[in-house]
Amino acid sequence: MSDQLVFAMEVFLNGLMAGVLYALVALGFVLIYKASGIFNYAQGVMALFSALTLVGIMEGQVPFAHVINATFGTDLHHFGWHVPGFVAILLTMAVMVLLAICVQKFVFRHLVGQEPIILFMATIGLAYFLEGVGDLMWGSEIKKLDVGLPQGINLMIDETTFGWFGYGFFIDNLDIVATIIAALLVTALVIFSQYTKQGRAMRAVADDHQAALSVGISLNFIWVMVWSVAGFVALVAGIMWGTKSGVQFSLSLIALKALPVLMLGGFTSIPGAIVGGLIIGVGEKLFEFAIGPMVGGATENWFAYVLALIFLVFRPQGLFGEKIIERV
Amino acid sequence: MKMKLATMALGALMAAGPVMADLVFPDLSYRTGPYAAGGIPFSDGYNDYFTLLNERDGGIGGVKARVIECETGYNTEKGVECYEATKGEGALVYQPLSTGITYQLIPKVTADGIALHTMGYGRTSAANGKVFSNVFNYPANYWNGASLVVNHLLEINGGDLGGKKIALVYHNSAYGKEPIRTLEELSKKHGFDLSLIPVDHPGQEQKSQWLQIRRERPDYVTMWGWGVMNQVAIQEAANIRFPMENFIGVWWSGSENDVLPAGTAANGYKAVTFHNVGSDFPVFDDVQAHVVDKGLAAGAGDQIGTALYNRGFYAAMLAAEAVRTAQEIHGVADINAAMMLDGMEALEITEDRMAELGMPNFGPSFKVSCENHGGPGTGAMAQWDASAKTWSLISDFNASDMEVIQPLIDADSNAYAAENNIATRCN
Repeated sequence: MSDQLVFAMEVFLNGLMAGVLYALVALGFVLIYKASGIFNYAQGVMALFSALTLVGIMEGQVPFAHVINATFGTDLHHFGWHVPGFVAILLTMAVMVLLAICVQKFVFRHLVGQEPIILFMATIGLAYFLEGVGDLMWGSEIKKLDVGLPQGINLMIDETTFGWFGYGFFIDNLDIVATIIAALLVTALVIFSQYTKQGRAMRAVADDHQAALSVGISLNFIWVMVWSVAGFVALVAGIMWGTKSGVQFSLSLIALKALPVLMLGGFTSIPGAIVGGLIIGVGEKLFEFAIGPMVGGATENWFAYVLALIFLVFRPQGLFGEKIIERV
Repeated sequence: MKMKLATMALGALMAAGPVMADLVFPDLSYRTGPYAAGGIPFSDGYNDYFTLLNERDGGIGGVKARVIECETGYNTEKGVECYEATKGEGALVYQPLSTGITYQLIPKVTADGIALHTMGYGRTSAANGKVFSNVFNYPANYWNGASLVVNHLLEINGGDLGGKKIALVYHNSAYGKEPIRTLEELSKKHGFDLSLIPVDHPGQEQKSQWLQIRRERPDYVTMWGWGVMNQVAIQEAANIRFPMENFIGVWWSGSENDVLPAGTAANGYKAVTFHNVGSDFPVFDDVQAHVVDKGLAAGAGDQIGTALYNRGFYAAMLAAEAVRTAQEIHGVADINAAMMLDGMEALEITEDRMAELGMPNFGPSFKVSCENHGGPGTGAMAQWDASAKTWSLISDFNASDMEVIQPLIDADSNAYAAENNIATRCN
């Protein structure tokens, strides 16, 4: 087998893994859009906020320490304890549920029945608010996130592929973990939305807020539930991306990686987010490998959008999205 | 009634006008957004130095320094807005900490007669003072940085890089592309193979680039990154088991922020720097006593000695020394922007003066001139010790290859002069 083909296989596998990480971000968008018709601009910031909160809790950081110190002249920074990762994840999840309740109570409850563009604008405001609160609560410095996930080359794959091809493939252990978690997450979410009472209620709310209310579905509960689940997905994405690069404010930009995935997979399909992520991941990596060197490289960002646009031209609702037919 | 109105108008004018002389240093900072982790310590250092001078010495030559902070978010448009909003305050010098903002400000500061100091960033050819009258980038620029990296590699390879492979991993922007020309010239001169590996903004995902490095197996990798790109690159290098001692960043890829997230895996990573590292300098005792302990620190007071805090501190020190020079030249304590330009152009930093300031061996000795706004172009190599969580200099401040760099500076600045109909000065 030629070297180029072996390298291409390695790039293909890494593209799949990268696609899973993109899909993790896209999933949060899909959940909220599916349940409420809102394109949640704040999803990337939610991932950042959850990761900041997780590290803050793990490190025993005093929230709003700068504000407290500036106001009262104190010198508080840390409580002096460290919280185990698993407990910190649970506590962070509680914060995300609280955030979901606040978002519903103070923002979206007042916007029921409004145009989608109004709801979208509200999420832009929410994104900037959360970014500011995250900064005030936990500070802007880059934080190391270590919840015990393995990182670095998977030696078994390296050695096995070396035995087969004379070249060991690089697969990051963190990407393997992300793939397993994403698979579990998608399975759970699909089961939840298709086979549970709350899941069906969620889909009913997505179809028509007013009609769902008329049959006794609590809009408040459903939206809080959906924002909480989206918060959980954001936390998972925040852990994965935060482990790779440290928890920092550029984490909110991972939303940019989710947009082509959504365009391709559709805004309403959970499996679509995964398949879209895989196609984008593999597509951009193979294009960079094969064509990148001829055009100066750094093609991944724009090629992902070009790929999504091509799909969009032929299938505007995305691969798995629902075709909307409005009759006059 | 008319008398009352006239009195009120006069009162308003007096309230609006400056009540006392001060030396104004706008700080185009970025404490928010994706690059805040880099912007905050730099700005803290910049602010703290002037606070120290005010608290300990009563200002510079008896005139208090006033820092006006304006948040740019590392956004070029906002940076220009900040410039326009603050230039009327009597601004003496701008240090925007952004190559993008620098490029926008060069024609503006030239028209407005204000100095722009972009040490270690911005437009490299601004080192030619004959063309760029208002722009200074001493003590070193990007091209010096590229040459210093190569000089270090020459040193550890017995002076011969023939047949070696060096990869440049760079931010795919004007900033990241700056060293390419110099490295290409140096590759011809020293016979090494140069491969160019761009990373798109923001650099959160670099799998393709590091798989390419793993396949091509360069002997050395050098990096021109900023923000999250640095942290991800160092982590990816660790993941593919690239030897950290063969991975060298420019000074914007050499802060604690860049190496701490990778933990022990970042041990041995190197970065070129144009100033010293750490907090073991007498001046920082003064900062602690006169600034931090009094609750006047710009931040939490916990950044002293970090790479970017030291850089901001050093930038402020060079600005303050230029003010002193201007005060001496003109015999005026409350100098204006034009006098500041004279001060910057006649600035001389000696080791004796650095020691007097409590900063011995903090940076190189150098003299600025009308022709040379770029300083000596010297730099040292720093290496990260992950267990001690400290940077240490592993070389002296050495010279870069001006034989290669100066013709590039001349060619680029002369092309700029021709495009913009600028008559050269210093004749």
